[in-house]
Amino acid sequence: MSQAHKPDELEYYHPEEVHRVDYQPPATDWRDTPTVFRPGSFIYPSKPKDLEHIGFPNGHAWHPTDEDWKLPENWKRIIFDGMRERLQKYRSFKVFMDICVRCGACADKCHFYIGGGDPKNMPVLRAELLRSVYRHDFTTFGKILGRWAGARPLTPEVLKEWFYYFYQCTECRRCSVFCPYGIDTAEITMMGRELLHLLGLSVNWVMHPVADCYRTGNHLGIQPHGLKDTLEFFAEDVEEVTGVHIDVPINKKGADILFVTPSGDFLAEPGIYTCMGYLALFHELGLNYTWSTYASEGGNFGLFTSADMMKRLNSKMYAEAKRLGVKWILGGECGHMWRVINQYMDTMNGPPDFLEVPKSPITGTVFENARSTKMIHIMEFTADLVQHGKLELDASRNDGRRVTFHDSCNPARAMGMLEEPRQVIKAACHNFFEMPEGTIREKTFCCGGGAGLGTDENMEMRLRGGMPRGKAVQYVQDKHGVNVLAACCAIDRATLTTVCDFWAPGVKVSGITELVANALVMKGEKERELNFRKEPMRDEVEAPPADSEEHPTVEAA
Amino acid sequence: MKALVSLAAVLVLLLAAYVGVHLGDLRWLFGVVVPYFAAAVFLVGIVVKVIGWGRSPVPFRIPTTCGQQKSLPWIKQDKLDNPATGWQAMGRMALEILAFRSLFRNRETVLRDGQLAYRTNKWLWAAALAFHYSMLIIVLRHLRFFFAPIPRFVDVLTNVDGFLQVGVPGIYITSFVFLGAVTFLLARRLGWARMRYLSLPADYFPLFLFLAIGCTGLWMRHIDKVDVSQVKAAVMGLLVLAPHPPAVGWIFYAHLFCVSTLLAYFPFSKLMHLGGVFLSPTRNLANDNRARHHVNPWNRPLPVHTYAEYEDEFRDRMREAGLPLDKE
Repeated sequence: MSQAHKPDELEYYHPEEVHRVDYQPPATDWRDTPTVFRPGSFIYPSKPKDLEHIGFPNGHAWHPTDEDWKLPENWKRIIFDGMRERLQKYRSFKVFMDICVRCGACADKCHFYIGGGDPKNMPVLRAELLRSVYRHDFTTFGKILGRWAGARPLTPEVLKEWFYYFYQCTECRRCSVFCPYGIDTAEITMMGRELLHLLGLSVNWVMHPVADCYRTGNHLGIQPHGLKDTLEFFAEDVEEVTGVHIDVPINKKGADILFVTPSGDFLAEPGIYTCMGYLALFHELGLNYTWSTYASEGGNFGLFTSADMMKRLNSKMYAEAKRLGVKWILGGECGHMWRVINQYMDTMNGPPDFLEVPKSPITGTVFENARSTKMIHIMEFTADLVQHGKLELDASRNDGRRVTFHDSCNPARAMGMLEEPRQVIKAACHNFFEMPEGTIREKTFCCGGGAGLGTDENMEMRLRGGMPRGKAVQYVQDKHGVNVLAACCAIDRATLTTVCDFWAPGVKVSGITELVANALVMKGEKERELNFRKEPMRDEVEAPPADSEEHPTVEAA
Repeated sequence: MKALVSLAAVLVLLLAAYVGVHLGDLRWLFGVVVPYFAAAVFLVGIVVKVIGWGRSPVPFRIPTTCGQQKSLPWIKQDKLDNPATGWQAMGRMALEILAFRSLFRNRETVLRDGQLAYRTNKWLWAAALAFHYSMLIIVLRHLRFFFAPIPRFVDVLTNVDGFLQVGVPGIYITSFVFLGAVTFLLARRLGWARMRYLSLPADYFPLFLFLAIGCTGLWMRHIDKVDVSQVKAAVMGLLVLAPHPPAVGWIFYAHLFCVSTLLAYFPFSKLMHLGGVFLSPTRNLANDNRARHHVNPWNRPLPVHTYAEYEDEFRDRMREAGLPLDKE
């Protein structure tokens, strides 16, 4: 497969095109509109060796733009058997295949539809891609009336369409908030992807991290000694700016708490500053905790792969907690990680009877909401510290930052963690501004790169999908002079940086614990001049001019 | 085109009743056989469908949380949008089923001059609520044909519905609300490019069918008045399995045939959202999976990469880095 341009070259896709959105549907019915694999709008396929490593079937060399996807001979049988099995395993799938009335409430709720205008990105039609096949082969009416019943036969073209559009869904569940029956497109997309996997059709940006995570314990493939180097390097950076020496406990038996965070925080800016924040915070609290190299991934790309793969990757957390003999588990700032922990972990790999109900050693608060899973979110943990006044925070150190908060999809819609991060941010920063209603809390918009879509070759779709969030950021940037977008999710920290650079240039992305650690007054610290980014601590920013109070067209309700 | 096909299908139903009853004498077919058949399909079909759904388990608790979770004591939980107990989840379901909570949330996305706005838009919610509640009242009003004596609440409901006291016999408000709402829902699908694009014949057909049912009903009551006592006698006859079709005009049979079609069509169609909404796992479960263990009936052990295997692969490098080892 040869492309004229590589994804990191500007010519690969056309950024100026992203500003153009046409909501006028095509003249042809969606079932007759062919799928075009346009550079910048699809993800490269997975490599057979990765699939082999995790025991996935039918790995083979192919490319989305090829005419022939080299499907196994009995591919139809495989798909139908796969559908039947999943209909029997998931009531959600069965019910969601039957009850949609196509009221259209979801249609303009998807960030990919809003930013792209492709009608097959309306959640209702995304689901119809599967439903039409379900009707054709699993329902009486569909078998008799065919197309008039909304049915269509399964063909290689349909598979291509599935691949294209099920990897243009970030499983963010925003549509399901507005659906009168709670139909959750994430469920549909998950089933669609599982079916494609049966034929060896998957994407490298998901399967490579999954294979790495299975082997090395994290998506990035960082080996144990490398992780130790990384964390110690961060500790040195913290010492450089605070003057406080920090030890990094790794694989420590007998620690009270196992700390697990997404591996994105080990590698790239701005996540690494959040990671430094964890080190500073835990040191200051004198927490008896440990990092793990075996369970060094909070995120779980298995969620974007299959229920089974999710379980296999997730199992490491409890296994490691047991091996190290900790009392409970603390989880870092991540988005989809918390969907897995809040909605799947205990069912898949629990209950962990060898652990204790999480209890903060600092405040004595018992986290009853995690009574069974024994794992809490760092924002729950920190909000509790803030409430009890256990952190000495000098919020003026963040006065150079005018902060808004991006609710990450999964903590918002698969958990409901809305106030905890806000409480923490407000304690650490004086200047906090909400984005418009309709773009925050349970109605929050995806960054455009979740569910394994955050790769460079998919940049056009990422920017399009990031448009609603980007424009909301731009709105508070114009109105309140916001220059920092705080997010408690590693994918957000990576992808929103790109989204902001495009839609709201000048706004930087930050983790929340980074803000906390900046404001944290540590015992024995030196005069703080630099923040963790080694920028001057109190750079003042100008407030916006008074006449920019009202934005002309965005309504804040 | 999709709409025309659906309209044609409904016109064929009306024509069938006209030909069958007005030109031919198929009152037994349209007045006895078809209603019995439709009622049987309706009941059996719904039961089979719901049992079919019920046979698939709910492996994971996946509520869509639409408000603050229950976590720390000083943070106020949103009990109805993010239930933490079964009772709260029932509250959420009640709000969803009785008041269409999620539709009420609707915000329309508007892109204008490069700016996005999210405007509160309750039209669909209002029309859906008007449609469903007026239909419910109309169905309850029709119970007067199924009981002797007529239950008191049916009389009360009927009087309230007809309180305008316009015309003889008096008009019912719900008749017009119903037709108005159906017309709105239809116009919304036909007049809006996006809705037209995502609609299927199966979306137009029930709307045209409801229109036909409503119009034939009004026709019988206000224009070509039907002998109500005959109709009631016939309905009671059907109920006690002593059927005899009423000797009334074809409009009644058209009405009855459309209702029969609706009943028989119901279990195989999107109208099953009536039952499905109760079973939606994103709405009817409490968000308590971290607090209470939830069992997946098909959970099974899967191959995992154990710590021992991991240490075997990386032991030398871990030792060099000074990381603790289980096996030296």
